[in-house]
Amino acid sequence: MVATAISCAVQGLSGVPVTVEVDVANGLPAFTIVGLTDRAIQEARERVRAAVRNAGFDFPQRRVTVNLAPAEVPKEGSGFDLAIALALLRTERELPLDGVACIGELALDGGVRGVIGVLPMARQLLASGFRQLIVPLENAAEAALVEGIGVVGVESLGVAVAHLEGRLRLEPAAPPQMGQGTPRDGVNLSAIHGQHLAKRALEIAAAGRHNLLMLGPPGAGKTMLARAMAGLLPDLAWDEALEVAALYSLLGRLGDRPPTSLRPPFRAPHHSVSRAGLVGGGTGLAQPGEVSLSHRGVLFLDEVCEFSRAHLEALRQPLEERRVGVTRVRGTVTFPADFVLVAAANPCPCGRLGQREGPACLCPEDAVIRYQARLSGPMRDRIDMMVDVPRLDGEALFGSRAEESTATVRERVAGARARQAQRADGTGVAANALLDGEQLVAVCRLDARARDLLTTAGERWRLSARGYHRVLRVSRTIADLAGEETVGRRAVLEAFQLRGQSE
Amino acid sequence: MTRRGLEAGDERWPPGLADLDQLGGPSGVRSLWVEGELPALPGVAVVGSRQATVAGLEAARRIGADLGRRGVTVVSGFATGVDGAAHRGCLGAGGQTVAVLGCGLAVDYPRSHSRLRTEVSVRGAVVSEYTAWDAPRAWHFPHRNRIIAALSRAVVVVEAGEKSGALSTARWAADLGREVLAVPGSILGPAHQGSNRLLRDGARPYLDVSDLSDLFPECVTPPVSNRRRKGALPRDPDPRLVVGGGSHASRLLTLIEAEPVHRELVAQALSLDPAELAVLLGELELEGHVRSLPGGLVARARW
Repeated sequence: MVATAISCAVQGLSGVPVTVEVDVANGLPAFTIVGLTDRAIQEARERVRAAVRNAGFDFPQRRVTVNLAPAEVPKEGSGFDLAIALALLRTERELPLDGVACIGELALDGGVRGVIGVLPMARQLLASGFRQLIVPLENAAEAALVEGIGVVGVESLGVAVAHLEGRLRLEPAAPPQMGQGTPRDGVNLSAIHGQHLAKRALEIAAAGRHNLLMLGPPGAGKTMLARAMAGLLPDLAWDEALEVAALYSLLGRLGDRPPTSLRPPFRAPHHSVSRAGLVGGGTGLAQPGEVSLSHRGVLFLDEVCEFSRAHLEALRQPLEERRVGVTRVRGTVTFPADFVLVAAANPCPCGRLGQREGPACLCPEDAVIRYQARLSGPMRDRIDMMVDVPRLDGEALFGSRAEESTATVRERVAGARARQAQRADGTGVAANALLDGEQLVAVCRLDARARDLLTTAGERWRLSARGYHRVLRVSRTIADLAGEETVGRRAVLEAFQLRGQSE
Repeated sequence: MTRRGLEAGDERWPPGLADLDQLGGPSGVRSLWVEGELPALPGVAVVGSRQATVAGLEAARRIGADLGRRGVTVVSGFATGVDGAAHRGCLGAGGQTVAVLGCGLAVDYPRSHSRLRTEVSVRGAVVSEYTAWDAPRAWHFPHRNRIIAALSRAVVVVEAGEKSGALSTARWAADLGREVLAVPGSILGPAHQGSNRLLRDGARPYLDVSDLSDLFPECVTPPVSNRRRKGALPRDPDPRLVVGGGSHASRLLTLIEAEPVHRELVAQALSLDPAELAVLLGELELEGHVRSLPGGLVARARW
């Protein structure tokens, strides 16, 4: 007697529907599970046996074999419990499970517990043609975010069976309202006094998705500024927000960030983070790292020179390809990692270089060069803008100037984004920061005076080809913020000021 | 690059070196290796700490430039920090400079000065008493300082900590009867302890290039009238002054002085929009009025 049920295995953000086949045969009582399983699935035998019994059903005293197909796909986690139990019960009774997928971990008393990764599974199952989904009650809201698939949340095995047999009518879970929930990290721009140059740099960076380096002594407020940066990014589109929520779901981190939030995420890993924590990895199948948790948002690396070379090197792929591939023993997975990098560093090891007040910087010249050189190579090539953030105290912090609020600046950013989106219809490049080569030249149309300036200034400041491209990209964004079609002299001049001193 | 050896008695033998013989002991110099052409000597030695502050480097650069522009040869020790800044400032102003090494001429030291090395030997001379491949040894440097002092009519110590090698140059200069000057510095940190102590011990303060006018008549005119700003930065300027028009540039220039100041503070003092400030500073920098320094600082390039 063979019966089946459908569940899902995840690989990165995608997955594979898994057919759970149960065969009950004569022989000595036994319970085996095959199909490239991990330890959690092997332990499912004990959970399923107890849950089936305690829910009031009979566990067959015969030889039970479970196969998870396709057998060559590695599977992990406790989410297959429910499907195994339902397939087993199906060998004895009529349960209409065609076109229905089930996910959930069983408790010994027959209850159904929540699992991680339900959102990406729901997306995958929908794509594979399933229209009905049974999930743990606590994951129902999350799964219901996926439009087009009917989600039923169950709190126990018994309820699931009653629902399937038609003895109990469970209403499909209502999709939660998108746009609910605000990120906890928000810092309003108006709460930061002074630092107008840095704020302007944030505005430009947000408008063109340019990676930004802030140099300044400890206590200058670099972290506050970075947090405010996330607030400047426009709201995510619905499908973008869903993708972000799916990444958080994979790590079981939806508690950190409501899945309904349309705000771009903000992540600030400490420099002691492991490489796997930063770019993804872990035992078994890879899990997303900080670069993916900040997908479509801001990744803030404070004290970036304190990160190890290997860590910074690992950021190269996500910075260039906007996604990250992680290879583990059990397979390679790819996670999206399209973030804006905001890095902060002290200008020198002691942090006092360029400060006007207090003790002067005593770092030897070559130590400063060495320190800043830690950021060299792949990172610096991808950082379009650099801004120096001084430490302000007393008077400077309470200038008479009214501080602009995040909402005001975000509106300007949104305008610049809209302009880029319009152009993107032609070029296919969504943000100025991604412009390169011929597209860059085509999109950054300079007027005559700007072209003259670029030539003279390029010679005077000995600009490399890369530096030249950086200035072009940033000046395009500045012109977009000003609502200008062609890039003028002013935009180029400002971009030059943001290029950073060390080429 | 041609290198040649000079012996005492050679017609090109720098005159000041003979004074070392009168000190007695092993301080005399018998021969010297020269790369490039020795410019007019004696000159002015500009020396100081290798671990100089931003302000110290800027001061050294300025002194080097002021002397170079007036045709006075700048002598220094080619070390990182103040020495390098003095050489660079002089070369940048079209002047001639002499670098006295603590190692042989074939040794590329310090590495970070490789490019400066070429420029110095093209527009001045690099000299050493050591044979071509002699490595830079710790005891070479205080020893070569006597040559720096001997080649100069005055020694300006820009920034020296308590144990800076620049103090040994000052001592040699005093022994040789050369004028010793020091740039006054802050009493708060360790950076100026050595140079300030020189002032207490009778060295003359160096405030601008006219302090050397008794030794070099070409230095009579000070670089500029020292325009002093009145009080602190204006806190609430008239908005009409800063909206539109070319007058901001001049207003900006009254705020930015030779002492480096952070852009952010300039923006605040003028209540200037950051974008506007960036444009103005860019123009001024292009025209050569201001210079961008590391750390977001700007300073006047010339007066």
